[in-house]
Amino acid sequence: MSDRTEDWGLRESATFDRRTIHEIQRAADTGIYDIRGFGAKRHLPHFDDLLFLGASMSRYPLEGYREKCATDVVLGDRYASRPLHLDIPVTIAGMSFGALSANAKDALGRGASAVGTSTTTGDGGMTDEERGQSRTLVYQYLPSRYGMNPDHLRMADAIEVVLGQGAKPGGGGMLMGQKISDRVAEMRTLPAGIDQRSACRHPDWTGPDDLAIKIEELREITDWKTPVYIKVGASRTYYDVKLAVKSGADVVVLDGMQGGTAATQEVFIEHVGIPILAAIPQAVQALQEMGMHRRVQLIVSGGIRSGADVAKAMALGADAVGIGTAALIALGCNHPRWSEDYQRIGSEAGFYDDYQAGQDPAGISTQDPELAARLDPEQAGRRLANYLRVMTLEAQTIARACGKSHLHNLEPQDLVALNMEAAAMARVPLAGTEWVPGSTPG
Amino acid sequence: MKKLSLAEHSVRELNSALHDPQAMDGGTEWYVSDPDGRHALACGLNDELQVTIDGHAGYYCAGMNQHATVVVNGTVGVGVAENMMSGLVRVRGNASQSAGATGHGGLLVIEGNASARCGISMKGIDIVVGGDVGHMSAFMGQAGRLVVCGDAGEAFGDSIYEARLYVRGQVESLGADCIEKPMRDEHREELRGLLAHAGMDFDPSEFRRYGSARELYNFHVDNAGIEQGDSHE
Ligand SMILES: Cc1cc2nc3c(=O)[nH]c(=O)nc-3n(C[C@H](O)[C@H](O)[C@H](O)COP(=O)(O)O)c2cc1C
Repeated sequence: MSDRTEDWGLRESATFDRRTIHEIQRAADTGIYDIRGFGAKRHLPHFDDLLFLGASMSRYPLEGYREKCATDVVLGDRYASRPLHLDIPVTIAGMSFGALSANAKDALGRGASAVGTSTTTGDGGMTDEERGQSRTLVYQYLPSRYGMNPDHLRMADAIEVVLGQGAKPGGGGMLMGQKISDRVAEMRTLPAGIDQRSACRHPDWTGPDDLAIKIEELREITDWKTPVYIKVGASRTYYDVKLAVKSGADVVVLDGMQGGTAATQEVFIEHVGIPILAAIPQAVQALQEMGMHRRVQLIVSGGIRSGADVAKAMALGADAVGIGTAALIALGCNHPRWSEDYQRIGSEAGFYDDYQAGQDPAGISTQDPELAARLDPEQAGRRLANYLRVMTLEAQTIARACGKSHLHNLEPQDLVALNMEAAAMARVPLAGTEWVPGSTPG
Repeated sequence: MKKLSLAEHSVRELNSALHDPQAMDGGTEWYVSDPDGRHALACGLNDELQVTIDGHAGYYCAGMNQHATVVVNGTVGVGVAENMMSGLVRVRGNASQSAGATGHGGLLVIEGNASARCGISMKGIDIVVGGDVGHMSAFMGQAGRLVVCGDAGEAFGDSIYEARLYVRGQVESLGADCIEKPMRDEHREELRGLLAHAGMDFDPSEFRRYGSARELYNFHVDNAGIEQGDSHE
């Protein structure tokens, strides 16, 4: 949109800006809310609002290329006899086959396996492509139970009981008819082409006491070998984490409101849940109070983009992170090479968020065989592996600068905040002060 | 027949023995005594076993069953035979909530009554209940058949997909998008087979059939009606 309007002296309303006006018009035209993919697009307090205090006189840094800065992580050793050992603490978050093409799932598996990390299934079950390519595969156990199968449960390296997602805490999944191909329909036992809604509550348990029994069942079925994660969207995080630990989780997965989604109401994405920055300290506090910090591992996600974000999340107390949107971008989502195609469907490279529509020019969030064929899984997998290596190197760079020989040694004392909001949420001092807003002195 | 008392052995010992065909010494029949409402009994079975649980079982009894036959001489807690894939689970007494939830296959027989959400999100399982079922039964039922020889509670078949429902008694109310459908010969035939398989002696012509009106299959303005809530989520 051109900014000629400003030259003409026209004043745009901050309240009724053009996007807002457009949305009112769209709602009036169609009578149905807007559904889209991607994560929250509004500005939110985030890791960018934190900075590291590098070492100098009071702390020694580590030598950039020579001194060791380890990155490995063990997940799920609380109860499971076969915990996961990952080489890097950046995991690929759960994204369903259905939301993503089989080639995209294949590419995620290749990229993650190349650097020794895990991928995660999603709503809709496990595909052979995914199990084949992912050395370490986390199997999601969702309210819909689409494609839920005990053979797959036994084949999984970990089980993730999904209570919610950051993009929509309290909401169930959606998959629009355009993406319910015959294969997707068959895997989910649904008629092809319908707009699928998945449940937001599990069908056979409600509160945490029931969940504890459900987890006991999952452990019995897998003979207590397989780690059990619990995934929650960030909202009442302090309490949710306490209840997750009480219910018997080996690992808690915490997804902030920036977290990506394949299809959710825009109003949900932008207005429900809290930013990951505000959620991590609550989770860590809950774990610490129970004596479980580092014993029940914490994986956080929601808007993680770089090694700096990884390092900051870990300094706040996470054991690992998960990425969804960034992984898709690494594969080729929103790439300028598809600019013309994006324009043809009313979007542009860098803006595309209509994952629900199934017309992804990059062949990632689609079930259209022609579009899906545009994504070469080998090449896309290499791109993802590169990106994961860069994130790891970046996080190591920061950790060494803070004098840490393992990413897990990063700590909140390495951080300061740039503004009051971030200081209060992350519970670290405002830069240049010792002030942590909201904390009671003494 | 192998015998195991849960007064003397743990649930873990029971399940690990049932998961390990070697441990059977070729025997496939098991008699389990003193269950005393313990949870997760005989779950995740994956062989053609015959397991009798002599007494009451807790939650998720015979959960995710494949191939095995499990008979409970008592009542069961929440989620009996949840996500069953194949085989047969028979409960001689009553069942709590979510019986047969998300089951993909096999037959679940409840000789007594089943509580709320019986057959919730069913995906191909057949369920035959000798007595009544509670509210929200067959909620979001995707596939398979639920036969209720007694009455059905409120919001029966709410948001149903392609599951087929048969009820002999009264239905308190139908859920969103669930309607009564005509009973044709093919349905009476199907029902006769299910009743015979379940060992229930009822006349198929006494039943009515319910299923999806298929009017909530696509999101559009008419489906966002206030009276049915946000039922497409
Ligand atoms: C295309 C897509 C599909 C997703 N599908 C699922 C899913 O099936 N189950 C789930 O728990 N989360 C799902 N998510 C959320 C991710 O697991 C993860 O929480 C989120 O993407 C993390 O935030 P980020 O995208 O900012 O990295 C999906 C996300 C995307 C982008």
